[in-house]
Amino acid sequence: MGDYRLEVKNLHKRFPGVYAVKGVSFQIAPGEVHALVGENGAGKSTLMKMITGEYIPDEGEVYHNGELIKAKSVADSQKNGIAMIHQELAPLPDMTIAENIFLGQEIMKGKFLNDREMERQTAEILKEYGMDFDPRMKVRKLSVAQTQMLEIIKAVRKNADVIIMDEPTSSLADEESKKLFEIIRELKEKDVAIIYISHRLEEILMITDRITVLRDGEYIKTVPADGVTQNELIEMMVGRTLDNIYPKEEVPMGETVFEVKNLCREGVFEDVSFSVKAGEILGFSGLVGAGRSEIMNAIFGLDKLDAGQIFVDGREVSIKNPTNAIENKIAMVSEDRKLYGLVLCRSIKENISLPNLSSHHRGLFINRRKEMKEVQDYEAALGIKCASIQVDTGTLSGGNQQKVVLAKWLLSEPRVLILDEPTRGIDVGAKFEIYKMMVDLAKKGIAIIMISSELPEVMGMSDRILCVSGGKITGEFERKDIISGRVTQKSLLNSALKEV
Amino acid sequence: MKKNVSGMEFLKKYGILLVLVAMWVILLIVSPTFRTVDNAINILRQVAVNGILAIGMTFVIMTGGIDLTVGSLVAVAGVVCGSIIVANPSMWAVGIIAALAACAIFGAINGFFVAYMGVPAFVATLAGMTIARGFAYVYSDGKPYTMASKTFSSIGKGMVPIVIFLVIFAVCHILLSRTKFGRYIYATGGNIRAAEASGVRVKRILMKVYIMAGVLSGIAGVVLAARTNSGQPAVGTGFETDAIAAAVIGGTSMTGGIGTIPGTLIGILIIGTLNNGLNLLNVSSYYQQIVKGIIILGAVCFDISSKKLSK
Repeated sequence: MGDYRLEVKNLHKRFPGVYAVKGVSFQIAPGEVHALVGENGAGKSTLMKMITGEYIPDEGEVYHNGELIKAKSVADSQKNGIAMIHQELAPLPDMTIAENIFLGQEIMKGKFLNDREMERQTAEILKEYGMDFDPRMKVRKLSVAQTQMLEIIKAVRKNADVIIMDEPTSSLADEESKKLFEIIRELKEKDVAIIYISHRLEEILMITDRITVLRDGEYIKTVPADGVTQNELIEMMVGRTLDNIYPKEEVPMGETVFEVKNLCREGVFEDVSFSVKAGEILGFSGLVGAGRSEIMNAIFGLDKLDAGQIFVDGREVSIKNPTNAIENKIAMVSEDRKLYGLVLCRSIKENISLPNLSSHHRGLFINRRKEMKEVQDYEAALGIKCASIQVDTGTLSGGNQQKVVLAKWLLSEPRVLILDEPTRGIDVGAKFEIYKMMVDLAKKGIAIIMISSELPEVMGMSDRILCVSGGKITGEFERKDIISGRVTQKSLLNSALKEV
Repeated sequence: MKKNVSGMEFLKKYGILLVLVAMWVILLIVSPTFRTVDNAINILRQVAVNGILAIGMTFVIMTGGIDLTVGSLVAVAGVVCGSIIVANPSMWAVGIIAALAACAIFGAINGFFVAYMGVPAFVATLAGMTIARGFAYVYSDGKPYTMASKTFSSIGKGMVPIVIFLVIFAVCHILLSRTKFGRYIYATGGNIRAAEASGVRVKRILMKVYIMAGVLSGIAGVVLAARTNSGQPAVGTGFETDAIAAAVIGGTSMTGGIGTIPGTLIGILIIGTLNNGLNLLNVSSYYQQIVKGIIILGAVCFDISSKKLSK
């Protein structure tokens, strides 16, 4: 028993109407990186919340280093040495790095804080992790990756020997992820056990030792990572076979639908020109922060353009705000659906019709019958799983939320559809449906622009790929060269890392 | 199990209405005066002014903001129409229009600073509140205008205030629940960035909402001036608290995006019934304030816990 860092035995949790976790057991050894995979709603989060004390299990026990723990709160489990690095990080952005690291265990000099000593120690710690920052810098100025590192440092400093990482790479670019993996390896050597939750199967296979699969709240299997393939994992997760992860089809391309020339936004991107044809899927690859989302935000009118021209169907258009973009049949699914995609406290119906009210309903009033019919049509077409279209979008799973965002833009019948990280944080099944839909839309002659930080995705789905680095387009790749193998992940990465 | 859930949903949807009905039932039993038609009309007349303010407040709170100027604007409307009607009693219509225009301008100033300058609504309208109050004093030189227009004073008498209130209620309810403008208000309040990215001109929406709240305050001020036959610079102090309270009791979310006009009607009726009932029961007005505070807290706690349960 004492051999395991953490052992979970027969955990159950029921909520009104939902049996979220149905008797899950697994064990993690010291120094083991253990992945937890499953579709959204498989029970991963609930399970983790029972381990960290946020939820109290209805049945079952959690053993930590052989001892039964009964955590009643997150603070309890932290004291026991279990730390969780959340998907949505929660540092104190306006405090300094040193203040964040020493939060709750400040070094004192008599009755007062000993800032100098804390800053000195922080500088040492940062150096140890290869980060060269002033300890007095505000955390707000750090990137997501750096903030995440800071959270890990905090956890390790509190002597955590079990660290749970929830989607740690979801907002990291590949280079930053590599750094995280190095840290994980170092933690392994210190005999820390890591529970690693992610939708990215490639990285799971690469960095974890064993993988536990959950489906519909049930424990399916624990397998060693080096004896399993991605497809086998997906089969276990969804309970059926998906013949191909990327259902890309070659679609005959039409005229150029969308074109931009010499777009520039001071200090963010410059001299960006590209065009997309009807039926084409144009992929945008690059690191987070390279300027891809910024280019799209400016095209869509969310940010100001300093210079450049935008053409839809060969006609130059002026886009000063999203309203102009929508009028010109451009739609954008933004990378952050909670921030820019949905009004979470309002219903599916209201969210889907929101961008279409001015074009689909004449006069002051909303034609309620028409609205109902349109929304129901798209709800059915996209297979949004919900009790009714009147429920708040905040109650839906990530995949279903993304479908609502897609529905609202499809209803606007766009000529150009911009998808910024369309599958971030959603499960394999929903991902596949979204890919299929992209193909269907391409067949209908819509020009699609897709930003993706996942190389396999961008390579699997695009007809053409543009790489962006430092606010400039640094490379262009054709699908035929990707299929033939002349262009590999490595060549894309090189192009994305090109110094400009 | 299932029945339990739908019971909760029922409570969540109609809980606050049940509170109102319960209050009525208790008062109907214990107070003979409460049972009279006169008293019912009395309650409605008393809530008419605050009710109009509360409806404007609901729109503003729904956008995630707040409007503290409403009480001061009641005074502005009173002195502006008072000055004109005192000078020439037959020009009462001009007085009303000038009063509403003045309040619309104050509302537009609020809206400008909130929407275009990014000043938090609390701060912008706090400043607006003292500026409008000061304006009312400067304009009237601190003295009340006593009006002698029979036509004008009829606006504040009998059923007229009630009818005005109910018409505003109906129009605003339809505006919020059936029109694009209403939908845009919900979206702007629920998530201003998502609304903007969906093509909603959020700054214009905010601007319009603050102007509306200003005009509604103006109407409330005119009704009050007509009822009292005077335009006083000191009137309306603290009116914003009842308006906020009515909106919140009626289920309007202070963070925006959620709320209804019928909910606010129930909220204002609860406050009106409470004041009236406690008076009838000879409870001192000091205690009334405490009871009102407790009801507000209770309503919000109920709202929060019913939301938690439904998750």
